[in-house]
Amino acid sequence: MVAELFTISLTAILIENFVLVKFLGICPFLGVSKRVDTAVGMGCAVAFVMTLASAITYAVWTYMLVPLKLEYLQTIAFILVIAVLVQFVEMVLQKLMPSLYNALGIYLPLITTNCAVLGVAILNIDNGYSFISSVVYGLTAAIGFTLAIVLFAGVRERTKFSKIPKCLEGFPIALISAGLIALAFMGFSGFKI
Amino acid sequence: MKKNKYLATLSNGLLAENPTFVQLIGMCPTLAVTTTLQNGVTMGIAATLVLVASNVVISLLRKFIPDKIRIAAYIVIIAGFVSIIEMLLNAFLPALAESLGIFIPLIVVNCIILARAEAFASKNTVTLSALDGLGMGLGFTCALSIVSAIREILGAGTIWGINVLGNASPMTMFILPPGGFIILGLVIGMIQLIVSVSKKRKGGDA
Repeated sequence: MVAELFTISLTAILIENFVLVKFLGICPFLGVSKRVDTAVGMGCAVAFVMTLASAITYAVWTYMLVPLKLEYLQTIAFILVIAVLVQFVEMVLQKLMPSLYNALGIYLPLITTNCAVLGVAILNIDNGYSFISSVVYGLTAAIGFTLAIVLFAGVRERTKFSKIPKCLEGFPIALISAGLIALAFMGFSGFKI
Repeated sequence: MKKNKYLATLSNGLLAENPTFVQLIGMCPTLAVTTTLQNGVTMGIAATLVLVASNVVISLLRKFIPDKIRIAAYIVIIAGFVSIIEMLLNAFLPALAESLGIFIPLIVVNCIILARAEAFASKNTVTLSALDGLGMGLGFTCALSIVSAIREILGAGTIWGINVLGNASPMTMFILPPGGFIILGLVIGMIQLIVSVSKKRKGGDA
């Protein structure tokens, strides 16, 4: 059991990093990575939502959709669960931690359309994970997301001050540096656990 | 005059506001499914169908959806159409559906579709919204085809599955994730270069 969870964690964080290998959550990865501190905040919010979403979508799938033979409603049911969850997190944060709520600002509602969240929910079902494995996978995939976005924000803070060709300024150079980070992460793909 | 407005809406998505190359949204599928031209085109067509259908329905319902819950309503409408496309692909093109995998249900969270619903379909008539959806969808399909054609030629030495490089060994790196980022970066850089050069020329003439 512990060994299985360890494998899932290591795979989700390094070997099959959600952003750099699986291409999930690219929009926030490119949009919210201009500064390291906002990147960390975004990572934490996503981690919270992804862990909860994994748990709830697993329950919805196993105890509602499968017994009622409504498997084809998967996409609609999951996206609704996630939208409600994000709304809920937003209200709780606003009430209990207003400072964090203000720091995350517009990024909080945008987590609904972060494809990493819906992606992890669907992958949990596709991989046939148990409840605990699903939750661990959700949490560690989010840790992988945070790791990638923080590393990338660090690189972008530096490229801002370097001399680059005019036509590559802004988005193109960001994509190319992301490519180089992804190349570094490919080094992990040799691991066989 | 009236005809021009429709034409302008259609071409807007293809060129001036191309979702991938100019607005830089919908990046996840652009990077993930562009390993072969066939995947890229299929994804583009699937997204276009969802985009047109959801734009039409949202435009029809724009006076009935309460403002406060509009995003949730849009997502449910979009998710409905995505489920339909998913079932159709599974039924008629199972091999392609398998290679696109998780990215078919993920069309729901493709920012392009929600962005067009919010920015265009919720304010315009049905015909204009349908044309806007078609234009944006075709722009997205074009972008996917360009990126996936380059990646397939460099990374696998084939195009639409047909060998074009002969015996030369392909650079596998380009169909792996890092190649996706780098090729997309270079393509967008190229487009920025072309735009800035053509602007300079126009400025010189005036």
